[in-house]
Amino acid sequence: MNPWIYVGFFFLIGVIVPGAAIGVAWVLGPKKPNPIKDTTYECGIETVGDSWVQFKAQYYIFALVFLIFDVETVFLFPWAVKLGQLGMFAVLEGILFILILIVGLVYTWRKGMLEWA
Amino acid sequence: MSFWKDPLKVAADWLMGIFTGWGMPEIAAQILIGLLGVVFLLSALMVLDIGLVWVERKVVSRFQSRIGPNRVGPFGLIQPFADIIKLLIKEDITPQGADKVVYNLAPILSMMSVLVLWAVVPLAPTIAGVDLNVGALYIIATGAIGTLSIIMAGWSSNNKYSLIGAFREVAVLLSFEIPMLTTMLIPTIFAGSMGVLAITQAQDIWFVFKAPLAALIFLIAAIAELGRAPFDMGEAESELVSGYNIEYSGMKFGMFYAGELLHAFTFGGFWAILFFGGYRFFGLEQVSPFLAVAVILFKALIGYWIIMWIKYTLLRIRIDHMLAFNWKFLTPVAFVLLMVTAFMNTFLRGTPTWLYISSMFLSNVLLGWISLEVARSYSRKEREKAEGPKQVIQAHH
Repeated sequence: MNPWIYVGFFFLIGVIVPGAAIGVAWVLGPKKPNPIKDTTYECGIETVGDSWVQFKAQYYIFALVFLIFDVETVFLFPWAVKLGQLGMFAVLEGILFILILIVGLVYTWRKGMLEWA
Repeated sequence: MSFWKDPLKVAADWLMGIFTGWGMPEIAAQILIGLLGVVFLLSALMVLDIGLVWVERKVVSRFQSRIGPNRVGPFGLIQPFADIIKLLIKEDITPQGADKVVYNLAPILSMMSVLVLWAVVPLAPTIAGVDLNVGALYIIATGAIGTLSIIMAGWSSNNKYSLIGAFREVAVLLSFEIPMLTTMLIPTIFAGSMGVLAITQAQDIWFVFKAPLAALIFLIAAIAELGRAPFDMGEAESELVSGYNIEYSGMKFGMFYAGELLHAFTFGGFWAILFFGGYRFFGLEQVSPFLAVAVILFKALIGYWIIMWIKYTLLRIRIDHMLAFNWKFLTPVAFVLLMVTAFMNTFLRGTPTWLYISSMFLSNVLLGWISLEVARSYSRKEREKAEGPKQVIQAHH
């Protein structure tokens, strides 16, 4: 059988097991909500304003940098798998590729994008 | 006798005989056996997880000069079961204004992302969930589901602490994924395969001797991926109370907690698989698959113990320091290490094993030393820029 079917089983059972635990807890636990109990927790202080606030743009920039590197590193996996059968030329090609990546990292660094400003 | 050699196949054949005896078509029986196997493995993991709660509590109390749970049962062994009963009968509180669907889905996904990781873990030569030929990528991909669950939990709770915790956690997880991916490339280079089973089988000599620096970087990145101290930005108790899971109670919180423990144990296992030979231990795995399972669980436990040791010894690092540490130190070092390893691996092809291993080891140690020196001189320069030149104190004789 296709191994990915088993992976599918893992995903299926992996959702059912914790889901069942939470379901049992939902059945067994008491349900007595009241407005005070259901307020969001802020160390006893009443919440001011909406919780879904604007966030720091820095997180977004880190996510962008991550995206570039992640995609590029995934490209390196096939190269790494076949490296044992390839010659020095392929190694140097890969090194060139990584060096271009590092240039990108240096560029973001010099631009001050990695600073938590 | 053959049961001790290949228990999985014997059990599968036995069940197959029973199911086809009932008049079930073969394909349906096969699917049912697969499902039963997965249920068995995941149930065993959940039981293991309950044990981990006890281990974690005992170990942390020893680190903090306490005794830990010792009242319920011998050595407090029944304590986690009492905890489960408590979690089951606690009221499940959903905060006002929470996004209900996402809020309830997050703890399930958190646990699931850990459980599905075990699909590719080879427990013995013949006992492995699935032997995917893209195992390494699978580990990274399913790890992203855990990140997603954190975003979901933080966003849907309608709480500012949760939201800030989730942002931080995600920034850290994303950042440390790069050195992790890069160091996972190194066992891939040695083994010539992305499959986790193939990586284990290629380790006649543990990869940690060929790439000690890669093992270290992988461990650091794994701790960050787990969101454990010193990288527990998302939970930061002293700032965010409990971070992204602050609004969760009862079993939903239990799922986050158990998921975190099992995640740490799992990454202890991956550390062992990628760099410490997985189930292999001086031919012990050839004797019996049961011994092999014992070996890998023991290695995973040691990895888990090291992760706990670091967690309970070090203090939390500030988020800007942490991200700077990753992007300005760990990532460049990991990339340089990848280049050096790729070059050396091809350059030394065909040389005797002792020469190959020792040059690999030395190049790693040298690279680690150089990068530490560079970082040290850089930080000294930065410090002098901030504080002015150091005052030279005249020595009095």
